[in-house]
Amino acid sequence: MIAAKRVLPSVAVIALIIGVWWAIVVATGSVVFPTPWQVVTGTIELIRDGTLWGHIGASLFRVGTGFLLAVTVAVPLGLWMGWVKGAYITLNPLFQMLRPISPIAWIPIAILWFGVGNLSPIFLIFISSVFPMVVQTIAGVHTIEKRYLRAAANFGVSRATLFRQVVIPAVLPQIIVGMRIGLGVAWLVVVAAEMIALRSGLGYLIIDSRNAGNRYDLVIAGMIIIGLIGLLLDGLMRLLEGLRVVRWRYAH
Amino acid sequence: MPTKILVDGIGKSFATDQGTLHVLDSISLEVGDGEIVAIVGPSGCGKSTMMNIIAGFDRPDRGSVRVDGVVQSKPSSRGILISQAGSVFPWLTVQQNLMFGLNGRAHDEKKQLADHYAEMVGLKGFEARYPHELSGGMLKRAELARALVVKPEILYMDEPFSALDALLHLRMRNELLRILEQERHTVLLITHDVEEAIHVANRIVVLSIRPTTIQATFDVPFAHPRKLSSAPVQELRTQILRELGVDGYDA
Repeated sequence: MIAAKRVLPSVAVIALIIGVWWAIVVATGSVVFPTPWQVVTGTIELIRDGTLWGHIGASLFRVGTGFLLAVTVAVPLGLWMGWVKGAYITLNPLFQMLRPISPIAWIPIAILWFGVGNLSPIFLIFISSVFPMVVQTIAGVHTIEKRYLRAAANFGVSRATLFRQVVIPAVLPQIIVGMRIGLGVAWLVVVAAEMIALRSGLGYLIIDSRNAGNRYDLVIAGMIIIGLIGLLLDGLMRLLEGLRVVRWRYAH
Repeated sequence: MPTKILVDGIGKSFATDQGTLHVLDSISLEVGDGEIVAIVGPSGCGKSTMMNIIAGFDRPDRGSVRVDGVVQSKPSSRGILISQAGSVFPWLTVQQNLMFGLNGRAHDEKKQLADHYAEMVGLKGFEARYPHELSGGMLKRAELARALVVKPEILYMDEPFSALDALLHLRMRNELLRILEQERHTVLLITHDVEEAIHVANRIVVLSIRPTTIQATFDVPFAHPRKLSSAPVQELRTQILRELGVDGYDA
């Protein structure tokens, strides 16, 4: 009952939007813009001929590879920059300058360097998700409470223990926040990147559906699928917040 | 009683926007091995600054601190600081916290020691809990156990129980006395609670307002367990409060 009460308002809003959309398309008699039902039949068509899974798989592969690459670089780099003041002073201005450049602006350079294969979108995803994760990790190190570092100093533990049992677990919640932001941006970017070139992926599906005969039912189907997968990915990241080792951060 | 801690004329100033702030002005203090010395003083008088310097977290501008005759230049596990805010790691379980400071021992031995001290402070059965799953009093017990498990020679306690409610505060004081009977430590206890000082300490040092100096020292000659309502205790309490500028106090 309580769960139903929580879900009901958002379901109602979505139903209302679909209703209004349907009514407008019917009222204006548009031949290009599809009704919700046409989107559903379009989606079924994509599932039947098997192309949908191919596109989803291609997009997820690119996001997965680029994102994991970014995590492997961002977390150690962020820990280092957060811990070593010299590294922070040296590299932070550069990062602050690179960060506001939209990943979309990198597309021409990506094509120049990596061509129109899988590498370009992977590079773009890497670029887009690495900065928020570096920034969050640095912030995590900088906000470790002094009393914990002092306690570690008091017990005279080794540097390895200090990192393994104090610094990394203290920063982990912030790293997870960074990963959530990073994956969100990565998903935004992969779709944009796939619109430029390539012959697979959900971004390609959208552009190709428009170019090949104004199939706006498939365009909107693609958009909705992107939204749903984005929601799912964020949900997966949220699961990490439930891990026992980081629950202290969210328990209060 | 051989000298454990020798504080020799330490002074400390901080630069602020309003100019130099003289916090400590030449404090000298001798603490014997196994002695429990309480330090009381008005709030903001630099008690914590003094403790940080004695425990080795901060350096004095003048003077020196010696522990067993050796100049204290950095913190070490021979003297563990327990502060009001507490520093039990929230991301480790009680047991992991207790094992934290036990360097270079076999895992089983660490575990055994940790469990022994968890039991001593009354945390048996809570070893696998995370700090956020504990009450405030249990958290203090965990902090105390984590300090005791490394067998420190000195406990530096900076208002350790101030954040607890009155009843819990009293209970923790009794626990501390019970533990100190089993394990002999030299204790330096900062408190704003005169009653706590009389309850626990062998000697009470009263600090002045800033720049802080030692204003008076009182011996506490009463045997344990101390009856806080007895006339001599009340007399001592009145004397100390008078030193702190609380005149005409009639309890």
